Amino acid sequence: MAKFIVRRLLWMAVVLLVVSAITFLLLRAVPGGPFNTERGVPAPVQRALEEKFNLNAPLHIQYFSYLGDILVPRITGPEYRRTLTTDYLINIDLPILGEDAAFRWMNFGPSLRVRSRTVNMIFTENLPVSIQLGVAALTVAIIIGVPLGIVAALRRNTWVDYSAMGVAIIGVSVSTIVMAPVLQYVFGVLLKVLPVSGWGRIENVILPAFTLGIVQSALLARLTRASLLQVLNEDYIRTARAKGLSERVVVTLHALKNSLIPVVTVIGPLFAALVTGTFVVETFFAVPGMGRYFVTSVNNRDFTVVMGTILLYAAFLVLANLIVDILYAWLDPRIRY
Amino acid sequence: MTTVQNNQQLLPASGVAKIEAHQKGESLWQSAWKRLARNKMAMLGLVIILANILIAIFAPVLAPRHYTDATFSAKNAAPEWVTRVFPSMIPQGQEGGYIQVDNSYALGADGLGRDLLSRILYGSRVSLLVAFIGPIVAIGVGLFIGLAAGYFGGWIDTLLMRIVDIMYAFPTLLFIILLMTFFRFSTAEPDPGSLTYTLGQLDKATGGMALIFVGIGLTSWMQMARLVRGQVLSAREKEYVEAARSMGNRTPGIMFRHILPNILGPLIVAETLTIPTYISYEAFLSFIGLGVQAPLPSWGSMISEGANTIVSYPNQVIFPALALFLIMFAFNFLGDGLRDALDPRMRGVD
Repeated sequence: MAKFIVRRLLWMAVVLLVVSAITFLLLRAVPGGPFNTERGVPAPVQRALEEKFNLNAPLHIQYFSYLGDILVPRITGPEYRRTLTTDYLINIDLPILGEDAAFRWMNFGPSLRVRSRTVNMIFTENLPVSIQLGVAALTVAIIIGVPLGIVAALRRNTWVDYSAMGVAIIGVSVSTIVMAPVLQYVFGVLLKVLPVSGWGRIENVILPAFTLGIVQSALLARLTRASLLQVLNEDYIRTARAKGLSERVVVTLHALKNSLIPVVTVIGPLFAALVTGTFVVETFFAVPGMGRYFVTSVNNRDFTVVMGTILLYAAFLVLANLIVDILYAWLDPRIRY
Repeated sequence: MTTVQNNQQLLPASGVAKIEAHQKGESLWQSAWKRLARNKMAMLGLVIILANILIAIFAPVLAPRHYTDATFSAKNAAPEWVTRVFPSMIPQGQEGGYIQVDNSYALGADGLGRDLLSRILYGSRVSLLVAFIGPIVAIGVGLFIGLAAGYFGGWIDTLLMRIVDIMYAFPTLLFIILLMTFFRFSTAEPDPGSLTYTLGQLDKATGGMALIFVGIGLTSWMQMARLVRGQVLSAREKEYVEAARSMGNRTPGIMFRHILPNILGPLIVAETLTIPTYISYEAFLSFIGLGVQAPLPSWGSMISEGANTIVSYPNQVIFPALALFLIMFAFNFLGDGLRDALDPRMRGVD
């Protein structure tokens, strides 16, 4: 198991390296730079800016210096000042080495377009918003989806099953781009019970969380139903019934636990998808998360912000998959790596 | 039990003929079609899709106006029934009324005074094209890679599957935004003769559609490649492949004439179930302005335009959203029905 995890972590590093290289090349191949604004800056100013941000160096040198800033940790002393080019994501004080000593790691660099902001500042301000929304949406998805799937499986081939799965397939067909305006209109404009858009108060979370969560709950419901039906056909369920256990005990103690294993394992990637896939919802409901930042920074050729966001989300996805694999082996003893 | 006896009693003489007729039999596709035809929801989906195809083809005949016809005096107008369906849209003349009632627009007009119904009808062309060309692109790329990986095995397999793994690590939506930005701006530079110029011209001629297909294709072939590889791996060991090889068939012949037809069922099902995803990608791209280029209407861009005025003119966003929902719903039901119909384990069950 330890060997498996180490191998997967190494592979993860390779994946992130390739992802960063492809993103870097694609970004630089797009015509236009961060300083080609519509009003335009005088040529000498543009040259000076490009000089300042190291944009005139050969591409491979730019790439490796960018990677170096992220990967190479630093131990800093009292002389350390937090500036735009020395803003680290991970800062751990090391009182053993002296009063101001600290371990600093992951410098994603300054934003090229938003003055006096670093990519790390954007992360620490906007990512928590996306994660909050993601957690809320995941909660909605689980609370609606799992019970729906269980009921459908237990009442298999009855009207309960058919209507639950009918609702689920409708839910799958509603993309967020459809769900958002409909919920917004019904609850925000027509009934006036929830705010149409905005962020910061608890009632602001409800509509975007349901918009994202309902679609995923439909997927969860179908998965739960299929998984529970499969488990109910297993020999040990027949044994449990043959022992004379009541149906309730068979279902809750024997079947449910095992049938939820596949469900638990999709929650990792699901969460990653929810957090990364919030762009549409953030636009509709004016939520200040990462999604909006990403699109505007691509349009602005804000290289460092785009690179940082893609790397962050890619790391998120790969980690989620790794956690799922480990969780799977832990939940299902038949699986060994 | 009783029915069997009945049958025997009823058909003592024609029994032989009946067995023969049955043996003449149905191909996999015929029996699948029969099973599909019994699935009411799948048929409903099929009818919606066929209706949509007709609408897309005959949009110029069906649409009351052209999708670029803008009448400034009719901007944001709505017919009477819309103001009743959406109670928040109060017609002019009543207290606090602001909606200009104009019954010549069946669903209303947008902020530039263009007919919503006409734009929705024309918009079906974009969604349908994506629904049919998206899978072709994904199958085209995924099939070759999956076939190669599964059939040759060894280092080719390892290399191709590692590439698939890496592609999976890209957050799809972010990657597609990046790719579309790259294509849109790289092909915008006038440099006649080069490949990017040709692609740009093609894209302009199709109103931005060509690049959408490239973008979707580049981000969605991986699932197909994995599926094909898995299917080929199991098919490769089957007797019929061994027989084909012993008869002197060469590798490409075996792959395309023997293995491909045998793994086609699961591929079709998987792609039909992915079509709604392609449709929503296009809507998403048009929503953020990287998809279909104005003035060509797409449901995604209409939703995006309407979203800004949802409080005052909800009809401008709800109607295209309903259209988008309906087509995704239809493809989902058809895909579900196809899966049940083509699943070999279901064969002979009923």
